Amino acid sequence: MSRPFAVLLPFRPGDGLAGIAGYRADRRVAAGLALAAGLILVHAAAHAATAGAKPAILETLWRWTPFLLGGFVWNIVISALAMAVGTALGFLLGIAQISQVRAVRAPSWFATQLLRNAPWLVLLFYCMYLLPFQLHVFGTRIGIPDWLKAAFGFALPVMAYVSEIVRGAIRSIPAGQWESAEALSFTRSQTIWMIIIPQCLKRMLPAWMNLYAIVTMASVLANVVGVSEGLTAAREMLAAEQRVELLLPVYAYVLLWFFAYCYPIARATVFLERRWAVAH
Amino acid sequence: MAAGGTMSGISGDAVVSVRDVHKSFGAIDVLGGISMDVGRGDVVCIIGPSGSGKSTLLRCINALVPVDRGEIVVAGMTVTSPTLDKLALRRKVGIVFQQYNLFPHKTALQNIMMAPIHVLKRDRREVEELARQLMRKVRLSGKEACYPGELSGGQQQRVAIARSLAMKPEVMMFDEVTAALDPETVKEVLTTIRELAEDGMTCMLVTHEMGFAREIADRVYFTDHGVIVEHGPPKELFGSPRDPRTREFLEHVL
Repeated sequence: MSRPFAVLLPFRPGDGLAGIAGYRADRRVAAGLALAAGLILVHAAAHAATAGAKPAILETLWRWTPFLLGGFVWNIVISALAMAVGTALGFLLGIAQISQVRAVRAPSWFATQLLRNAPWLVLLFYCMYLLPFQLHVFGTRIGIPDWLKAAFGFALPVMAYVSEIVRGAIRSIPAGQWESAEALSFTRSQTIWMIIIPQCLKRMLPAWMNLYAIVTMASVLANVVGVSEGLTAAREMLAAEQRVELLLPVYAYVLLWFFAYCYPIARATVFLERRWAVAH
Repeated sequence: MAAGGTMSGISGDAVVSVRDVHKSFGAIDVLGGISMDVGRGDVVCIIGPSGSGKSTLLRCINALVPVDRGEIVVAGMTVTSPTLDKLALRRKVGIVFQQYNLFPHKTALQNIMMAPIHVLKRDRREVEELARQLMRKVRLSGKEACYPGELSGGQQQRVAIARSLAMKPEVMMFDEVTAALDPETVKEVLTTIRELAEDGMTCMLVTHEMGFAREIADRVYFTDHGVIVEHGPPKELFGSPRDPRTREFLEHVL
């Protein structure tokens, strides 16, 4: 099974050992949890040894948890919206990439390559400045909040990746499917929407879920362009507490939240890849 | 161009008429001047070594592959005309492939129903009844709700035949439909084709099943290197082949 985002996998020196897959997965969970929890605990312990009357670090984190989660929710909102918009547009762009009309195919290919090879932060800045802060629709002013602009900013690279996922999935369908659809008098667009695309969905889902996990993690970039989200909340908390020893535990705590959200997605992706690799 | 108006020198009752058809893929000549007529209700078998252009010929007849030169007329429609209505042509000519090519995300019944509903725009209930009837005809009653992946090769191939028949074609073409099958399922597919032929369906078969060709065909064409070497009733062609190439081929396969 191909892994489109293999760079995200840990380095594996002994690849090929029997049964390594399960072992590696367990080790990855353990490593992730241990890293985050360990960072928090080590700092909490170090602090407990020296601190005086101030509340313990774990207690402080607990007290701020609703606030931090309130920020983290925005990471989920922004990434989910970016995925929804990016997937819808990327789908069309991907299908345009296999168009028989060169005037459609070439620009779609170019747009896909351009957006896929641009740094996400640059696209994000671009969207923040490109989109107006309000729209006039029939005399009514509708404001466009920053988080919405950020979501569109992330939707651009998502669109490009989905475009490539769709194009690749369509290419992977055997030519016989096209031929028999053609022999049964289906038009090309009927063939694409009724016969080819439904078969592509299964093939695309693992890569798409992987992309979702990546977009969720990347959504903290919105913080750089001034959108409030999980990392912003963490910084606000640190600013309010004014305690240097909280610095690392707080970031580790945020890291833990992302891990808890994204890891199940990664596991589900691996599960689906395995399950659908055999059935067809 | 008005179809039917240009029946240039074609015998009156021919459903499929092929005149001096040439086709090459790049530098490779696949068809080097093929001519044949298939009358209504005829069963014609095309035999010959691999790469002799048999499959390409079938694909040319329903315009899946364009020809370079020559003329093909099917049921009054000039296939080689630039103004051909391909969709209309393909409603008249069914083709079944070696690899079945069923749609894996649809059940057997849905596979049969799709084209009549979405291409011919026929009433869904009417089509479902037809599809169930066709499933009975290919002896697969009870398998309507199965997905292709749950059926054997022979069963899938029979669903593919039913799917083609649902378009009510005037001609059925079979492109080595038993070549990918286990020996024990070949028979059931051949039975289906035999019954079709007995019902009077015009059939063109590209096949390696010599015994079947001999039994079922009205005429057998032997092709080699893109030309028809000889043709005739199966008794003559198999019994006393005139051309040394035919003889050599038959010695190899029989």
